[in-house]
Amino acid sequence: MHTKTLAELARDLRARKYSSEELTRACLARIERFNPDLNAFISVLREQALTDARAADVRISKGGAGPLTGLPIVHKDIFCTRGVKTSCGSKMLDNFVAPYDATIVERLKTAGTVLLGKTNMDEFAMGSSNETSFYGPVKNPWDPRRVPGGSSGGSAAAVAARLAPAATGTDTGGSIRQPAAFTNLTGLKPTYGRVSRYGMIAFASSLDQAGVITHTAADAALLMQAIAGFDARDSTSVDRPVPDYTAELERPLKGLRIGLPKEFFDKSLDARVGDAVHAALAVYRQHGATVHDISLPNFWLSVPTYYVVAPAECSSNLSRFDGVRFGHRCENPLDLMDLYTRSRGEGFGAEVKRRIMTGTYVLSAGYYDAYYLKAQQTRALIRQDFLEALRQVDVIMGPTAPTPAFGLGEKTGDPITMYLNDIYANGVNLAGLPGISIPMGFVDKLPVGLQIIGNYFDESRLLAAAHQYQLETDWHTRIPKGFE
Amino acid sequence: MPLTAADVRHIARLARLAISEQDIQVYAGNLSKILDFVAQLDKADTSRVTPMAHPLEMVQRLRDDTVAESNQRDLYQENAPQVEAGLYLVPKVIE
Repeated sequence: MHTKTLAELARDLRARKYSSEELTRACLARIERFNPDLNAFISVLREQALTDARAADVRISKGGAGPLTGLPIVHKDIFCTRGVKTSCGSKMLDNFVAPYDATIVERLKTAGTVLLGKTNMDEFAMGSSNETSFYGPVKNPWDPRRVPGGSSGGSAAAVAARLAPAATGTDTGGSIRQPAAFTNLTGLKPTYGRVSRYGMIAFASSLDQAGVITHTAADAALLMQAIAGFDARDSTSVDRPVPDYTAELERPLKGLRIGLPKEFFDKSLDARVGDAVHAALAVYRQHGATVHDISLPNFWLSVPTYYVVAPAECSSNLSRFDGVRFGHRCENPLDLMDLYTRSRGEGFGAEVKRRIMTGTYVLSAGYYDAYYLKAQQTRALIRQDFLEALRQVDVIMGPTAPTPAFGLGEKTGDPITMYLNDIYANGVNLAGLPGISIPMGFVDKLPVGLQIIGNYFDESRLLAAAHQYQLETDWHTRIPKGFE
Repeated sequence: MPLTAADVRHIARLARLAISEQDIQVYAGNLSKILDFVAQLDKADTSRVTPMAHPLEMVQRLRDDTVAESNQRDLYQENAPQVEAGLYLVPKVIE
């Protein structure tokens, strides 16, 4: 069962080839066997999963099942899940049991999915390697000496190792797309406002967006159908009809105009990753798509802009962790100030503190205009470049990350080196556009991802472009050695 | 622009973060590098650019001023480090 896609498992459950309980037990057995090495999970919800699976089986037998009923999934530990520890990868929330469900948790529960567990992640989603987690790094199933990417590294490793058929994730600056690229998976970051942020622990509110990590675009379409749509509890949720993502997968590639930004192919890109992009483009051309050279002249501003805007919003969002109402509290505080500073000093890890302090600095009196206001201006330039390009072409394609997965510990010494790993991802969040990463081959036996960026609310075109490519290629079906 | 140890102590205090003396120098180094990196933004001409407020140029949606949520104080306080009679306890603030 573990080699099947979500769509195949759904068909098998409806055909009663096996029950949701049998499928859930198979996943739990694989988690038990492989997770001690991978460290992809923060919590495994064995009993709850089996109870939910049995309830799903009753629904299926009574004929009341929906398309997702009985399918096991995992959530990134950033999504509040009622009655379940929701740590966000931090010591700060190691003792936090969420009193309510995030909207996407609630929607997937209502759709009948079975939650296997909560996945490991960079602390408060701040990282590109899953190495900032309080619960330790996650290993990449393709090579245990390498990172799975981050911040949704646990979700990616769990799906890549076939411990779960699909996962949720969040993407503030590449945190769905880059781990998907590093582990040979499909990762969709929807348009800002397409999926509710309610109950998703905030990092940078103007950039954060929830999405999915799956084997195929067809699987992503299935999950998106359940999670996309308006939510009154998220003030930036957009009230706009949700298309039939699965039906739209059939849109042909013929006539699709693909833009190739010359700025994505400079010296920071591993030439072999560039070659893989060109090989993928050849497949698109063969099927009637056209490729056009485009330019994003302000692209070089995206990482520095991101590292002003994201830390600024993080410093504000994370001020809620004060040791008073929930989360870690220090022992024997001398006074209120001591309680605040020691609880936060002990509860947060080094990268989170770095970002809080960067944000505090750029927002502080005398520096606000020079950093924060300036970055909101360069952000406008970055967005404008994308929108101009998307007037000439339907989608933009390029690499998801400049290299395949790097080694554990290789980039932890220098924050800037780590930050530059998301060079092709950050701009998409700054502009609020949707982006998807799909498997496009291997470099040194490690998977690499093709990024497809589209216009606002054009997820169905991205999913169709990804699906049509996956009909012609088999990269996405490859399984890491030892996990077959 | 390199940050001094005194700058880092000041920022840490504004951010309500206790940082050990030995870590202050490390953060001074890291934060200086990050600020140098983001200083590239100065090279962009933004003299006629309106700062971006929202990717979709949306305005804040308002809701009716009616009660929508029920009071769940006891449930929420289950996560609190210290409560008494429905109140959050902190060290004495007023002598």
